[in-house]
Amino acid sequence: MDIFLQQLINGIVLGSIYSLVALGYTLVYGIMGLINFAHGDIVMVGAMVTLTVARLLSDSGLPGPLVLGIGMLAAIPACMAVGYLIERIAYRPLRNAPRLAPLITAIGVSILLQNLAMMIWGREYLSFPQILPTQTMAVGGASISAIQILIVASSTIMMAGLSSLIRKTRLGNAMRATAQNPEVATLMGVNINAIVSITFVLGSALAAVAGMMVSAYYGIAHYDMGFILGLKAFTAAVLGGIGNIEGAMLGGLLLGIIESMGAGYLGTLTGGVMGSNYQDVFAFFVLILVLIFRPSGLLGERVGERP
Amino acid sequence: MTMLRPLLAAMAAILLCSCAKQKPGSEFVVRIGSVAPLTGPQSHLGKDNDNGVRLAADEINASGLVIGGKKMSVEVLSEDDQADPRTATIVAQKLVDEGVNGIVGHFNSGTSIPASRIYSDAGIPQISPSATATTYTGQGFETTFRVVTNDRQQGEALAKFATDTLHARTVAIIDDRTAYGQGIADEFEKDAKAGGAALVAHEFTSDHATDFTAILTSIKGKNPDLVFYGGMDAQAGPMMKQMRNLGMKMAFLGADGSKSPEFIKLAGTAAEGAYASAPGLPLEKMPGGKAFVEKFTAKYGKIQLYSPYSFDATMALVNAMKQAGSVDPARYLPVLSRIRMDGVTGPISFDRKGDILHGAVTLYQVRNGSWTALP
Repeated sequence: MDIFLQQLINGIVLGSIYSLVALGYTLVYGIMGLINFAHGDIVMVGAMVTLTVARLLSDSGLPGPLVLGIGMLAAIPACMAVGYLIERIAYRPLRNAPRLAPLITAIGVSILLQNLAMMIWGREYLSFPQILPTQTMAVGGASISAIQILIVASSTIMMAGLSSLIRKTRLGNAMRATAQNPEVATLMGVNINAIVSITFVLGSALAAVAGMMVSAYYGIAHYDMGFILGLKAFTAAVLGGIGNIEGAMLGGLLLGIIESMGAGYLGTLTGGVMGSNYQDVFAFFVLILVLIFRPSGLLGERVGERP
Repeated sequence: MTMLRPLLAAMAAILLCSCAKQKPGSEFVVRIGSVAPLTGPQSHLGKDNDNGVRLAADEINASGLVIGGKKMSVEVLSEDDQADPRTATIVAQKLVDEGVNGIVGHFNSGTSIPASRIYSDAGIPQISPSATATTYTGQGFETTFRVVTNDRQQGEALAKFATDTLHARTVAIIDDRTAYGQGIADEFEKDAKAGGAALVAHEFTSDHATDFTAILTSIKGKNPDLVFYGGMDAQAGPMMKQMRNLGMKMAFLGADGSKSPEFIKLAGTAAEGAYASAPGLPLEKMPGGKAFVEKFTAKYGKIQLYSPYSFDATMALVNAMKQAGSVDPARYLPVLSRIRMDGVTGPISFDRKGDILHGAVTLYQVRNGSWTALP
C-alpha cells in the first residue's frame, strides 16, 4: 500500500509538471489553432536560466528557496521575451498562411533554440546545485520531499490563476473571443495582435516555471531536455482535449500517473512478460484508446473546423 | 587530340598523387580514424577518447616516425557517431572511403558492433578503446580488437564483489537497453545468481531518461540489498540522487559507464558511498599512468575515462605498422594480432578473438567526493 501511495505521489508530481507545460500548448492552440512545437524548448530555456542564476548564487549564503525564487524571477521574463520574439518573428508573418507553414516553422524554431542553448550552455548535462533541503517527510509509509510539495502547490496555484484569468477578466474575455472567431473579435474592438502576443507570453511564463521545477527536481538540465518533455506534454494536452484549459490539467495529471503506475506495476500485472521498458508504450496505448472513443480528447468538445 | 594529351597527363599525375597520399614535402601520411560521440550526452567521454588519440599522434609525430624506410606522419581523422548505431555505420563507411589505415573506436559497444562489419569488409583494423560488450569481438572478424577488459570479465568481477565483499543476498538490476547497458547487466545477473544472490527485480530505462522515481519506487517495495545499474553516468547520477530522495539506503553498484567525475557532479552529495567498477587498473597504478596524466592534463585538462586506452590503441596500430614495415592494412594486420608492447595501461597483446589478454578490473567507491580505488 505504501508503495502504491509512493507511485501515486510520483505520478502526481510528474503530472503537475506535464500539466503546466501542456497548458502552454493548449493556450496557443486554443487561440490560434497552431501547435507550437518550440514550447518544450522554452521550458528548457527556463531551466537553463534558473540553473545559471542558482549556480551564481549558490555560494552567496542565501537560503535555498530564495535562490530558487530569484532564479524564477530571472527565468520568467527571459522566457516571456523568447516567447514574444518567436511569435513576432516566426509566427506572425505566417498568420494567414496555410496551416502547415507555421507548423514547420515551429519545428525550425525548436531546432534553432536547441542549438542556441548548446552554444551558450554547452552540450554536457549540467548539474543543479543542491540548494533545497533533501529531507523527506513520511506520509503513510511514502516519502515526500519539500520540492515535490512545492511543485504540486505552485502548479495548482498557477493553473487556478490562469483559469480565473480566462473566465473572469476582460483580457480572458478577449482571448476567448479571439479563439471563437478572430474576425468578429476584431469588429468588436479586440486587438488580435496584442491578444496573440499576450497568449504566447503567458504560455512562456508557465513554461519558465515548469523549467525551474524540472531542473530543481531532477537536479539536471540539458539542451535537448525540452524535446521529450514537450512531446509528453503535447500528448497530455491531446489526451485532455487540446484547446481546453481544464483538459490540459487533467491530461497532464493522468499521463503522469499512468506512466508512474505503468512503470511500477506493468511487470507484476503481466507476470514479467512486459516490464518497465513498456512504460511509454503503455502511456501511448492509453492515448490511442482515448482517441478512438473520444477523438477530441477527454474534455474536448467537438467543434466545427474554423475557416 | 594532341591538345588533349597534356591534359590527360596532368589528370593522371593528380590521380597518382592522391593514390599515394603524398603531402607537400614528400612526407607520407598515416591516416587514423578516431570515432566517438562528440556531441550529445556522452560527448565529454567521446572527446576524452579523441584527445587520447590526438596526444598519441602528436607524440609519434614529434619523435619522428619511419615506416619501411620512409618518413611518415600520423594524421587523425575525427568523426562524430553521436553514440548512434545508424550514424556509426555512416561515418565508418565515410572513413573507409577516405582510405584510413586504421581505426581507433568506436566509443560505445552499440556503435562499435555495427561499424565493425564495415571495417572488416574493407580489411581495416579497428581497435576499440572502450567497447566492452562481449559480442563485439565475438563476431569472428579478424580486424576487430579492443584494449579494454570486456563485460564478461567485468561482470564476473562485479558479481563477485556484490556477493562476496558486500554480502548482497538480494539484488535489483536496472539497465538502459543499450548494447552496453544490457550486456553488462546480463553478465552481472548471470554471475550474481551463480554466486548465490536472488534477483528480485530487473527494470528498464533509456539512455535519455531523467526520471527514475517510478522504477525505483517499484524496487523499493522489494527492498533488495543492492541496486545494480548498467548504463552511463548521465543517468546513473540522477538515479542515485532520486534513490536517496526516496529514502532507499541500499548499496548502489555501477559498471564503468557510471565511474566518472560527471557521476559525482550529477548525484551531488548522494554520490557518497556509491560503488562502480572500471576495466583495467586505476590511473595511478598504470605503468605509464603518472607520465600520461601529466602530458594529458597539460594539454586537455581532466581525464574522463578512456583516454589512456585510446592512446594505447593508437600506439598499438602504429607499432604494428612499424614492425610490418608497411601502412597497408593487409600487411600489418597479422603483426597487430600477435603484437606485444608495453602501453600506458599495461602490457598490450591480444587473444584469438581480439580481446586484450589478462584484462584487469578495479572496483571503486565514492569517498569524500571522489572515486577511490578499493584494494
